Amino acid sequence: MAVLVIAEHDNHSLKPATRHSVSAAAQCGGEVHVLVAGSGSAAVAAAAAQVAGVVKVLHADAAAYAHALPEALAPLIAGLAGGYSHLLAPASAFGKNLLPRVAALLDVAAVSDVIAIPAPDTFVRPIYAGNVLATVQAGDSPRVLTVRGTGFAAAAATGGSAAIEAIAAGPAAVGARFVGAELSVSERPELTAARVIVSGGRGLGSGENFALLEALADKLGAAVGASRAAVDAGYVPNDYQVGQTGKVVAPQLYIAVGISGAIQHLAGMKDSKVIVAINKDAEAPIFQVADYGLVGDLFELVPELTRALS
Amino acid sequence: EAVRLQEAGQASEIVVVSLGVSACQEVLRTALAMGADRAILVETDAELQPLAVAKLLAAVVAREQPGLILLGKQAIDDDANQTGQMLAALLGCGQGTFASKVTLGAGTVTVTREIDGGLETVELDLPAVVTSDLRLNEPRYVKLPNIMKAKKKPLEVLTPAALGVDPAPRLKTLKVEEPPRRAAGIRVATVAELVDKLKHAAQVI
Repeated sequence: MAVLVIAEHDNHSLKPATRHSVSAAAQCGGEVHVLVAGSGSAAVAAAAAQVAGVVKVLHADAAAYAHALPEALAPLIAGLAGGYSHLLAPASAFGKNLLPRVAALLDVAAVSDVIAIPAPDTFVRPIYAGNVLATVQAGDSPRVLTVRGTGFAAAAATGGSAAIEAIAAGPAAVGARFVGAELSVSERPELTAARVIVSGGRGLGSGENFALLEALADKLGAAVGASRAAVDAGYVPNDYQVGQTGKVVAPQLYIAVGISGAIQHLAGMKDSKVIVAINKDAEAPIFQVADYGLVGDLFELVPELTRALS
Repeated sequence: EAVRLQEAGQASEIVVVSLGVSACQEVLRTALAMGADRAILVETDAELQPLAVAKLLAAVVAREQPGLILLGKQAIDDDANQTGQMLAALLGCGQGTFASKVTLGAGTVTVTREIDGGLETVELDLPAVVTSDLRLNEPRYVKLPNIMKAKKKPLEVLTPAALGVDPAPRLKTLKVEEPPRRAAGIRVATVAELVDKLKHAAQVI
């Protein structure tokens, strides 16, 4: 049987997280199909057809799917599920919102945040803020999974030549309407896809001081992240948050500045390849996971580091 | 949030529900002390996975007919982030997940949601399911007189069988293990040394 990946997109471009899910889908056995449900989303379907390993793209284009409301998408996906052994989506806000609803409509369990697929019915996922890895077996079919992007390399964006098949849209969402969105505008790379991340915590002391991190991030072509403490203090918007209840990242280089390293924060970044900690407290737990630790005043060290990279 | 809605005159009664072993009564008493009016415990020793919890909650909702159903977005032990979405599916109603702001209207609820790129607002017809993000509010501390009062508030005990739900787990846990540990790192003394390590030893910049 084939495997269906639900594409995450903004009606213009395919989110990179979708390509990580395609890699995970390839490990489930069977042909990989991708569902693009959106409005005015032909470019997304075309991009999905180019992704290496994708055999078929199902394209449902209707006004009802413009804002990815789960009330509209879940019945569409549940209606397609009979032909598939697995349904996958990225473990992003999009996938987490949608797939449990699909699973309940199908009366099957869902497996969240899968990081490895040892067998087509067996999945590894972190629990207790990433302090324990659980291996679970799902007997129900289809298996419904959200995929943690950091666990699977992204499938190549090109090299595929999937057929695009238009499919009929279902009814509009009942009982739910999209009102509006306020998106953070940033020139920097997206957090979950960035190669380098510079993250700040309570030690920054104010939102203005995040400018220090932004200057450093610009030198490194990095994304800027934050701990929950920095978000709660209002220094930066919520979508900067890295951690158990924020974003999970695994960049090549993660620079933690003025972050103590609470368990909830480590849950979101400890799979980074190289971790650097800059903190004045030599006892801070962040130093236990840091490959390179620098003890001192961030207000002196960060500008010095920025200059050293010039 | 339910208590705040009640204080604003927008909710008439708050019913708090927990599912699990009898020790969950303590959790319910805490919620009663925070301001809930009455409690329901669905008592079972079975391992409850999100789908079973959603089915049990759907059965309680069918009995109680609430206008708004509030849950947390995820439990910090299983980290599943599924129950609210599954409950909304079973009830066939709208869902406002990861809510950072909830405003009740006439027959509707407007929910501001935390999404990856910022915020999104949806309007849902009541009844609806809302799951709270950390940003929704700051929970209050429970005061001693309220703990005493909570002991007198009604707490009803039900069973999955009485609700007609089979709570058997659908996922089998094969093993649990510690994740691989990171090797201990080194302290560097200067920024110059750090840059050198990142360029030559780690080769990440």
